Amino acid sequence: MSILVNKNTKVIVQGFTGKEGTFHAEQCMAYGTQIVGGVTPGKGGQTHLDKPVFNTVEEAVKATGATVSLIFVPPAFVADAVMEAADAGIELAVTITEGTPVKDMMYAKAYAVKKGMKMIGPNCPGIITSEECKIGIMPGFIFKKGPVGLISKSGTLTYEASNQVVKAGYGVSTAVGIGGDPIIGLSYKDLLPLFEKDPETKLIVMIGEIGGTLEIEAAEFIKENITKPVVAFIAGQTAPKGKRMGHAGAIISGGKGTAKEKMDALSAAGVHVVVSPADIGETVAKILK
Amino acid sequence: MNIHEHQAKEIFRKYGVPTPKGFVAFKPENAVKAAQQLGGDLDVWVVKAQIHAGGRGKAGGVKLARSTEEVGMYAKELLGKTLVTHQTGPEGKRVHRIYIEEGAEIEKEFYLGMVLDRASEKPVMMASTEGGMEIEEVAAKTPEKIIKVEIDPAIGFQGFHGRKLAFGLGLPKEQVNKFISFAQAVYHVYMDYDANLIEINPLIRTKDKKFLALDAKMGFDDNALYRQPEILAMRDLTEEEPTEIEAGKYGLSYIKLDGNVGCMVNGAGLAMATMDIIKHEGGQPANFLDVGGGASAETVAKGFEIILRDPNVKAIFVNIFGGIVRCDRVANGILEATKLTKVEVPVVVRLDGTNAEEAAEILNNSGIKNIISAKDLKDGAKKVVEAANRG
Repeated sequence: MSILVNKNTKVIVQGFTGKEGTFHAEQCMAYGTQIVGGVTPGKGGQTHLDKPVFNTVEEAVKATGATVSLIFVPPAFVADAVMEAADAGIELAVTITEGTPVKDMMYAKAYAVKKGMKMIGPNCPGIITSEECKIGIMPGFIFKKGPVGLISKSGTLTYEASNQVVKAGYGVSTAVGIGGDPIIGLSYKDLLPLFEKDPETKLIVMIGEIGGTLEIEAAEFIKENITKPVVAFIAGQTAPKGKRMGHAGAIISGGKGTAKEKMDALSAAGVHVVVSPADIGETVAKILK
Repeated sequence: MNIHEHQAKEIFRKYGVPTPKGFVAFKPENAVKAAQQLGGDLDVWVVKAQIHAGGRGKAGGVKLARSTEEVGMYAKELLGKTLVTHQTGPEGKRVHRIYIEEGAEIEKEFYLGMVLDRASEKPVMMASTEGGMEIEEVAAKTPEKIIKVEIDPAIGFQGFHGRKLAFGLGLPKEQVNKFISFAQAVYHVYMDYDANLIEINPLIRTKDKKFLALDAKMGFDDNALYRQPEILAMRDLTEEEPTEIEAGKYGLSYIKLDGNVGCMVNGAGLAMATMDIIKHEGGQPANFLDVGGGASAETVAKGFEIILRDPNVKAIFVNIFGGIVRCDRVANGILEATKLTKVEVPVVVRLDGTNAEEAAEILNNSGIKNIISAKDLKDGAKKVVEAANRG
């Protein structure tokens, strides 16, 4: 078991024939993901990586039965791509692209919600169900099957956490990189109940960072609804105020969104909060033993 | 990205947000000319230092001049002066330009602001009767004095949004419509220019019952600048950290901090986590530096160069989790980089992920004495803090 995606999930790639799209689609296919085709306007009818290319998402969905779209288009076209996916009846859109204007995501997300389409990202590494299906850009080999569900705002910290969990003798059921932008699709409180229901997942690791209030909302949700143990790390404990720390969303404004505020809220909700990012694996092992 | 008050007011005027008349000046003689242009017989001219930081008034950056000679005098005093406000940090900011504005007769000061509310994922407009005070302070002490309206972009700014704000501020009914047009124009500025912040503090009502934006602060979504050429042209590089600008040109994201342990990391989250673990192990990070996904020899070399410009740096921690990028390539890149940029401080290198073992071998056999290889995050942090404390 896993959440959201598995070895039977049919995936199309928007921005299929571009450099990024091509490279990562190949990597996903090598991992075992069922990439069933792609969309590049103007290249419909061609074949790329032995898969059909379509002009529109609607055609791709009709022809392939895909339910998930992996989006690699440039930032200026992300909103359009996401809305096209929603319009075509895609169930989950995973957007890797970094640098999308906030205003665009505001409109795109509102439309996705209206159409009942789930979104992951933008500005994220994607989603992976270990040893079954990778829809994103993460290095597949560091994810081994196991009882830990992983939710993270950061790409490389997701890899770090999975690596520690595997080295401690455990593995990852599904890992979701939710992205570091101010407006994102699925967040902690949407994913936590999925992991709570997933019989394979015995423990949840959540990795957050400064800025915004998603981690605080997650803490409130965990207190009321989550019975499985949760381990959390919040990046940016030493970040200065008012500076954007790489991610567009990682900024402490007006003294709000600090790591301390988030760590305190999570601790109060019964979450095992680690201060050092090196202690994630060990803490998981201690709880699961 | 941020812009100056005079630039924000220029945009305001275009959209019909009323502001006092004013001119920017870079030299004292132009300041006097500007004052004369505003009307040589005014009672009061305001001379305002233009820096990207709040708290200018208290720091002596805003002067009231009673004659054009006084305008010249204050212009001389302010231009070239370094202002230290609660937002500039102790080093302060140098004034390169000033704004000369006609004085206004203030009857009452208000606050009007707009920002993205990340919880509702919609823009929110805030107004308060406590004009002139810092909104954070008002929010902490008297939150009931802030009126907020969330604006769904699908419907845009409607009359009811404006009425909630205007009646919430206790305005008499004959002033309500005037206020609504003001607020609506501010909403259009926010949306059309991809702003992420507008603050008008104070927004004043004059004795003859007009609303005026006496101050103006605007910030913009960096991701949208590609489609905002007008804003991009307003960028003032003297307001930004030169090293941060240079780093940006090479695809590096760099922020200087006060410690002595330099950091070079791939990924923003891991970069912040690396700073955190350095602190946790008893050290102080000297910077935030995200080299991005690639970590090629050139970017690593540039990273070393930028980190080492800070004389406080006593040791460097290179922390790379190789995913798609292979660690052996990164290791070779690091060796190559030490040839391009002279690195004399100890460099602790932690490479994990794809081909990590080959990478460790490359580094261990390199014969470069100041490169210390670390086996994981904790080991690396410990070693680099030790090295920095020795240095």
